Amino acid sequence: MTDISKWIDNEVKTNDVVLFMKGTPEMPMCGFSGKATQILNHMGVPFKGINVLDSDEVRQGIKEYTNWPTVPQLYVKGEFVGGSDIMMEMFQSGELKQLLTEKAIA
Amino acid sequence: MAMAAAEIERFIKEALPDASVDIRDLAGDGNHYAATVMSAAFKGKSRVQQHQMVYASLKGRMGGELHALALTTSILEN
Repeated sequence: MTDISKWIDNEVKTNDVVLFMKGTPEMPMCGFSGKATQILNHMGVPFKGINVLDSDEVRQGIKEYTNWPTVPQLYVKGEFVGGSDIMMEMFQSGELKQLLTEKAIA
Repeated sequence: MAMAAAEIERFIKEALPDASVDIRDLAGDGNHYAATVMSAAFKGKSRVQQHQMVYASLKGRMGGELHALALTTSILEN
């Protein structure tokens, strides 16, 4: 594992809910990251936002870590849940709530 | 850089020949698309895996020359 993969691995495993995003939870810099933030805020889920625009290394590293080409990316208890489209589908179907309940987060 | 909708569809169908692909240009700028992809190949795969299959068909363009592709996948039942 590269250093950046190790760093990402540590972040997603030591924080219950992590969102890799463009911008910050207070100020998302992309519509998709904004949508992902809104879903989590609406559900009252505390999460750690990691701004990929702060570091090219993280921005590239997260794509390789997950084999997923875009941000946002949501992790729950170290497990990749999906991007904003999957988050929205899972939110609307109630699966996201169920997942967070199962993981004892919300 | 932008990609034409027909080009996106061609890449997806190359990888998933049975797929039914519907692409909408959201902003009319050739850069923000929404795609609905139905394929029998998605059967037994998680949503994440289904999306990864579509991204793989675009051979690295997603997140590069193709900035935004809102994706919905579903399983095509025979």
